[in-house]
Amino acid sequence: MSAALTARERMLGRLRAAAPSAPEAVEAIDTAIDSHYQARRAAAPQSPRQQLDAMQVALRASHAQVDCVGVDAWPALLAQRLGEHGVRRLLLDAGSAEGQALRAALPAGVETLSFERPLAQWKGELFDTVDAGFTVARSGIAATGTLVIAPDAATPRTVSLAPPLHICLVYTSTLHADLHAAARAERWMDGMPANLVLVSGPSKTSDIQQTLAYGAHGPRWLWVLIIDDLSSHEGGQP
Amino acid sequence: MNAKPLQFVKPADFHARARAALDDPKLRQSFRGAMDFLQDKRSAQFPDGDELERLRDIGEAVRRHALARLPDLLVQLEDKLTAAGVQVHWAEDGEQANAIIHAIAQRNQATRFIKGKSMASEEIELNHYLEARGMTCLESDMGEYIVQLAGEKPSHIVMPAIHKTKADIAGLFAEHIPDAPYTEDVDSLIQTGRRALRQAFVDADIGLSGVNFAAADTGTLWLVENEGNGRLTTSVPEVHIAIMGMEKVVAKLEHIVPLASLLTRSATGQAITTYFNLISGPRRAGEKDGPREVHLVLLDNGRSQAYADEQLRATLQCIRCGACMNHCPVYTRIGGHAYGTTYPGPIGKIISPHLLGLDATADLATASSLCGACGEVCPVRIPIPQLLVRLRTEANRNPHEEVTHPLRGQGARFSRGESLIWRFWSGAFARPASYRLFRWAATRLRLLTPRAQLGWTQHRKPLKPAPRSLADLLNARGQEE
Repeated sequence: MSAALTARERMLGRLRAAAPSAPEAVEAIDTAIDSHYQARRAAAPQSPRQQLDAMQVALRASHAQVDCVGVDAWPALLAQRLGEHGVRRLLLDAGSAEGQALRAALPAGVETLSFERPLAQWKGELFDTVDAGFTVARSGIAATGTLVIAPDAATPRTVSLAPPLHICLVYTSTLHADLHAAARAERWMDGMPANLVLVSGPSKTSDIQQTLAYGAHGPRWLWVLIIDDLSSHEGGQP
Repeated sequence: MNAKPLQFVKPADFHARARAALDDPKLRQSFRGAMDFLQDKRSAQFPDGDELERLRDIGEAVRRHALARLPDLLVQLEDKLTAAGVQVHWAEDGEQANAIIHAIAQRNQATRFIKGKSMASEEIELNHYLEARGMTCLESDMGEYIVQLAGEKPSHIVMPAIHKTKADIAGLFAEHIPDAPYTEDVDSLIQTGRRALRQAFVDADIGLSGVNFAAADTGTLWLVENEGNGRLTTSVPEVHIAIMGMEKVVAKLEHIVPLASLLTRSATGQAITTYFNLISGPRRAGEKDGPREVHLVLLDNGRSQAYADEQLRATLQCIRCGACMNHCPVYTRIGGHAYGTTYPGPIGKIISPHLLGLDATADLATASSLCGACGEVCPVRIPIPQLLVRLRTEANRNPHEEVTHPLRGQGARFSRGESLIWRFWSGAFARPASYRLFRWAATRLRLLTPRAQLGWTQHRKPLKPAPRSLADLLNARGQEE
């Protein structure tokens, strides 16, 4: 371990010996960043409805399938879609309200399973036999059509990653205008989960002669259900 | 893994490689097409010139601020990560970094690595180090996988297999992947690659990734990718090792927001990539996936040499978008392999001398017309043309001259004869009397000028002084000099 310590001390020593010039005040940079993004949002202010539209447009542009559905209507719609797509094994969090609602709506041919065992115990099974993973996004980012996903014990990281189809539910009331607004509103600076993932479309690559192809490694299909809960949040205002 | 030896080239062979590349019409066509494509995609992402300039100001300020506080930020990052359960390692050079990674593997009795895209690991030639010690290291980025199958190195830092055509890749897959039929259909090729690689994620003991940015305030590693292979690499194996150049830390997580936007728009012309993967620690209690162990290797490998010099420090502002390559008239014509360095193109010309020494890389800084395109597109405003001129100066400096920040390989292109000529030249021009004498002699003895004048006469007529100097002509018209 002493060799590693020496390397650390030598590296830091070399950097400190270079006597860094006085840095620009960090406050000035913070202000510049905040005012840049605020100015952009002020130049094109968006109502929640317009944000919802922007979110859909951006997601479709990145090859996701998007549906904007009412609070009660989505389980039936999704169940029908899953049947059409031929999904047989669906990974979801059966403990969540959304997971329960979906399970209740599914036809008999679709089996649901929860992530109950550590990954190492069923890695191969997850990769080879699970057709779809269902997650609920923490929030969405309208400008880029981005889903903010914070994996946890009930919905771990690989749910949105290993199965070829990823289905994600996002509530309209959680939409932010842009990444800057999301980081600020959710106070990312105060502490981060072990993993936070921003997803903007299905897995893709242009590594072969600049030709865009989907499903390079992660999900080939991304379905997004945007749940329109604005009316309940707007308190019934027109 | 590699059926044939890697086609390693030395940067010192740059001239020969560049000539060979220029003689290869297929290669030139693929680079021309790819670079036009990337240039168009980038410019479409920045329709508002003012916004771009403001964002570049911010990007530059963030990076300069981070570099000015680099040692403190690295310590802060280490503290934050350590508190979250990440083990931080410091490596002065590639050998140390490789040894650290090898030791982690041995402790875990691991032999199978799966790799996300990491230029730092290319820089230290990790794959070969591990393979020589009986371990396998499979590239999972589709482009990196393709060049690994071909036994080559990446030719671009963002699009590693940009020099390969569909047909090349079809041939490679058919040859190397069991049961893969020959097809030039890109979707089928990607699905073939996907099948081959997904099993490797399940089987791998260790996932190794790079890092695009690190935030010191929250202790977060920010990874940018489109394919999902980076997420699989950092989520599925029980151990995750990240390796990053030590300059990549910034003070605050929120500072990464504008940098990430500049990166994806400059690199591939995307408003955002499919995945931003923010890692702030190993699997927490109760979580059922994610690595149980996360390591971060901080790599110096010559970066502190660039850091020591106020002007050259700007090299370390780089966010590895590759826009300078995509817009460089030299890179566009010869491609990345001609350089023989991990980082090709304009950024390669200014970073490689610190990684490899000027003696190995002195020719690179001369491979530029100084047209300024690289500096113009750089999202963090690295003054690349000025740094190229500076490196040319250092390469031609007398190796024995004492300077405040000597560079490794200083004076690699120093020539006593050339320096004498320059001394004579400046002496002749500094004093009016000697200048007149020189002028008189040059016009009268013009027939003695050699017919072959080094590289100049390869494609041009020899330079010869005029029969009469401008001053003589003016005098003849009765005007003062």
